Amino acid sequence: MPATTKTNLQLVVNGLLNENPIFRLALSMCPAVGISTTVANGLLLGVAVLFVQVFSSCTISLIKNHIHPRIRIPTYTLTIATWVTVIDLLLAAYLPAAYQAMGIFVRLIVAFAIITMRLEVFACRNTLTASFWDGIGMGFGFMFGMVVLGAVREVLGMGTFLGYDVLGFRPMLFFVLPAAGFFLVGFMMAVFNYAETVYHRRARRAAAVQAGVVK
Amino acid sequence: MKKGRAALSLFFLSCAAALLIGGCNNPKFIKKAEFHGTHLIVLTFAGPVDPEWGENSASFSVNEKPDPDILLEVRGVTLSPDRTRLTIELADPINQDQPHQVVARDILSQGKDLGTQSVTVARPYLGYLFSIFLGALLIQNFVFSKYLGLCVFFGTSQKKTTAVGMGITFTFVIVFASLMSWFFYQFILKPYRLDYLQIIVFIGLVSLTVQAVDTILRKINPALFKAFGVYLVLVIANCIVIAVPLILADNEYGVFESLMLALGAGLGFLLALFLMSSVRERLDLADVPVSYRGLPIAFIVAGLFALSFMGFSGMSIF
Repeated sequence: MPATTKTNLQLVVNGLLNENPIFRLALSMCPAVGISTTVANGLLLGVAVLFVQVFSSCTISLIKNHIHPRIRIPTYTLTIATWVTVIDLLLAAYLPAAYQAMGIFVRLIVAFAIITMRLEVFACRNTLTASFWDGIGMGFGFMFGMVVLGAVREVLGMGTFLGYDVLGFRPMLFFVLPAAGFFLVGFMMAVFNYAETVYHRRARRAAAVQAGVVK
Repeated sequence: MKKGRAALSLFFLSCAAALLIGGCNNPKFIKKAEFHGTHLIVLTFAGPVDPEWGENSASFSVNEKPDPDILLEVRGVTLSPDRTRLTIELADPINQDQPHQVVARDILSQGKDLGTQSVTVARPYLGYLFSIFLGALLIQNFVFSKYLGLCVFFGTSQKKTTAVGMGITFTFVIVFASLMSWFFYQFILKPYRLDYLQIIVFIGLVSLTVQAVDTILRKINPALFKAFGVYLVLVIANCIVIAVPLILADNEYGVFESLMLALGAGLGFLLALFLMSSVRERLDLADVPVSYRGLPIAFIVAGLFALSFMGFSGMSIF
């Protein structure tokens, strides 16, 4: 893949929608199912992933000319592990309560496929600026997915949003249950797929109308 | 060299002996002490004790072995009719993962003062190990109850043969990697206070194990390598393989506990993959709505499995 020709804005939008890590690429599913029970959890893990993604992308992009191709994967892994250690210690020091709630997942960012994949596909071939914006896009895309899942689960399960009572009752306690994460991700993916098929059908029809095949 | 080997065999023998004897070594007047239910500790004496001593809850103090300063509140003591069995009831549920220490002050038996004796109560060690194994395999299944390793789980559960191959390779790697991480954590990271490096060291060890298994298998058994080699690369992308060493380090597990947890995690992943692939082979023949084909329906099936695995929660054998 040659260096990208997209503008910075296109890179960010690409991460948010076209290649959304959770719903489109279906990578890093573990946290999406595991700890998206509240908006706050989703937001915090999103911030952590954003941090690791941006800094790892920048690091790899800076040293890309000095990495021997045969050891590139271990290099990526160690770079990610370093930045995960940094955010892990930062969160443990400044947000201990939220850190406790997320348990082992912050440290597991090291094994998230999305970050390694972006380094391999994007950062090792592009300039520092492009990698930075790609990292921002991917990080925000992940955060967006986590917050959407968290919002649905929190509102439907507990009747609250970010801890504030919005409904006054608990519509379906089922959604707080861990197993509901699987169902919700499945439904969301189906919705994204459906939107895509409808979009393609419309586009085809519009093209056909323009060509004069159909009225 | 010979001396080293003798020392090693002595070490293994003593380990085996410790395993067999477990926690019930009380050669004194208190013959046996064991947990009973969630609140009770039962002591068995060599002879009958006096009721005025035995039914006085001030004669006993109970604490968890690691913190002798925190005494647990004793609610009451009852003596059996033949006066050799004594039941201590505690106010709060007992944390059976910790050994407990019971101190009986000035034991009175048939008018004689036998002095103060203390006894350690612990769960039978083999049962404890088995409960760790079963916990990782079913009750806290890493895929269906902890939601880890999902990328690889959904990627390799299309066909039964792939699923079994991946499961076996994974079990093999995780046992090796966990034992190595345990060793590094206990003997290098902890003594030199390098705990904060655990993520970097563990991920490095996992990659190293995968690379080593790859090279060794390629040389020793090319046929086996042909069958399982493709899955080896995928193992690194699985969060379980890094989660298990982190859990071992957090809980300060010993070597046998670590082995059991790693084995349970590996076989639990194999079980989950096998169940899922059996369903997905059937799903290929089913008439699934277009938007749900592929991953979405797989997620919903996994959700149903997760619900049924919730049935295991709260199960305890020992």
